[in-house]
Amino acid sequence: MSDLNTLGLADARDALRKGETTSTALTEACLTAIGGSKALNAFVHNTPDIALDRAKAADDAMSADAPAMHGLPIGIKDLFCTQGVASQAASKILEGFKPEYESTVSQNLRDAGAVMLGKLNMDEFAMGSSNETSIYGDVVNPWKVDDRNLTPGGSSGGSASAVAADLCLAATGTDTGGSIRQPAAFTGITGIKPTYGRCSRWGVVAFASSLDQAGPMTKSVRDAAIMLEAMCGHDPKDSTSADLAVPNFEAALTGDIKGKKIGIPKEYRLDGMPQEIEDLWTKGREMMLDAGAELVDISLPHTKYALPAYYVIAPAEASSNLARYDGVRFGHRAKLEQGDGITEMYEKTRAEGFGPEVQRRVMIGTYVLSAGFYDAYYNRARRVRALIKKDFDDVFALGVDGILTPATPSAAFGLGEMKDADPVQMYLNDVFTVTVNLAGLPGISVPAGVDAQGLPLGLQLIGKPWEEGDLLNLAYALEDRAGFVAKPSKWW
Amino acid sequence: MSIDTSTAAKVAKLARIKVDEDRLPALAEEFSNILGFIEQLNEVDVTGVEPMTSVTPQRLVRREDVVTDGDQQPKVLANAPDTREGFFAVPKVVE
Repeated sequence: MSDLNTLGLADARDALRKGETTSTALTEACLTAIGGSKALNAFVHNTPDIALDRAKAADDAMSADAPAMHGLPIGIKDLFCTQGVASQAASKILEGFKPEYESTVSQNLRDAGAVMLGKLNMDEFAMGSSNETSIYGDVVNPWKVDDRNLTPGGSSGGSASAVAADLCLAATGTDTGGSIRQPAAFTGITGIKPTYGRCSRWGVVAFASSLDQAGPMTKSVRDAAIMLEAMCGHDPKDSTSADLAVPNFEAALTGDIKGKKIGIPKEYRLDGMPQEIEDLWTKGREMMLDAGAELVDISLPHTKYALPAYYVIAPAEASSNLARYDGVRFGHRAKLEQGDGITEMYEKTRAEGFGPEVQRRVMIGTYVLSAGFYDAYYNRARRVRALIKKDFDDVFALGVDGILTPATPSAAFGLGEMKDADPVQMYLNDVFTVTVNLAGLPGISVPAGVDAQGLPLGLQLIGKPWEEGDLLNLAYALEDRAGFVAKPSKWW
Repeated sequence: MSIDTSTAAKVAKLARIKVDEDRLPALAEEFSNILGFIEQLNEVDVTGVEPMTSVTPQRLVRREDVVTDGDQQPKVLANAPDTREGFFAVPKVVE
């Protein structure tokens, strides 16, 4: 079997079970692909020794009833703490940090037999939509249409680039405002953010705790179902982890969505939205109809306020979470001058250790939480968040099973093209995804077409809380109708 | 709302991030732009709406108030930039 690294999880699993290949062969194929991918800058800490050890152990323990991820090589976003392996959230402030513990999600994957190939690049502390804020440098999208290097999106840009370029069979991502779904859309892969509370946040470097969720980034909807099931589950170490049984998500993929009601929210039709995005959305509606679903026009009246609410709540939580980076317990400490006290140590360490976007968000968060502004900004944003969630509750109460929207307002743009733009312009990338985090819902991005230049575009489906199985099945039907099989041609 | 340089300096101080004097005007302008964007929230009627505390209806889990973990000092200290005699070490804070 050639090009084993191009396989998805389901195909590789089936090949392993039939004895047609080995985990070692799959892992070596990925390691070779990673070795030849420096130009993409997706993998930033390689762990070939760990990978080959685990692959060998998987081969030794191979059996017909091995767990779902048994022997499958994957990449792990740098945001996940991995025992003894650098985990620095793409920040200088965590330089040299090697956790003494393993995140629950990466442990769950390991327990399910997955093989870790290494750590993946991302935006610093998951703050960004273009993977240009990383201490490791920009990640490059394997898709290319001219001389320009394109962004893979962010913040899970390394994960997206690595999966799209077949450096691994799948990867973990995290999503606070769209950080799984936007890069998935920009690179022609599938990415799901589950319901808030489905995946444990323990050991995942915190950005905005009430919004952060981990999820898989994969080559197909079936792969997403397999990997999500392995990642999630109740964890007493995360007080917001849901104590619910994990369903068999793959078994939910029947492809039968006859009679399902798909909501089409009018507020997602933006002024100045590119025609290609509008056309893709129209095609998506036709695909859902063709699969037997019913379309329902719905209204989510507070959609417009999701981004401003997010840019209060996420920075506020970040300013609090990132207070722990003080140069005392882990990571970087600035060199101090004679006479510098502890305050200078904090201030210099954080100025040196945090990049500009992280500093900006920490300070905005500090401002909106400061005395005199807490009510005007932070409490108001939390009230608006309650209204955004109620918008969704109301349409689900009307019997809507899922909601179809574009995943992003454009295809991938060039690295550096937004460099001089106002930060707010960059924030608009998340306009279709951020509502889902604020409402705690599951959302999935499915590659559904290409733009005039040939770049991938994604559609988003939003599901009811805890109904990831139904959501994956809707996505499965959409994937089947879209028939997206394009791959980037190798230039790196 | 427009942020002046002294407010920007105060926020930087509260956030414990050293910002050089000459960067303050640009920082103040960035804050003003972002806060201008955020101020759209004032258009929303939030009368009678409680601020959201939990996105999924759940009560925080409680457990017995007993020690469940600990006794791993070397692991706790393993990543510290400076340690002395089993403690984290920082610049002198008491004169």
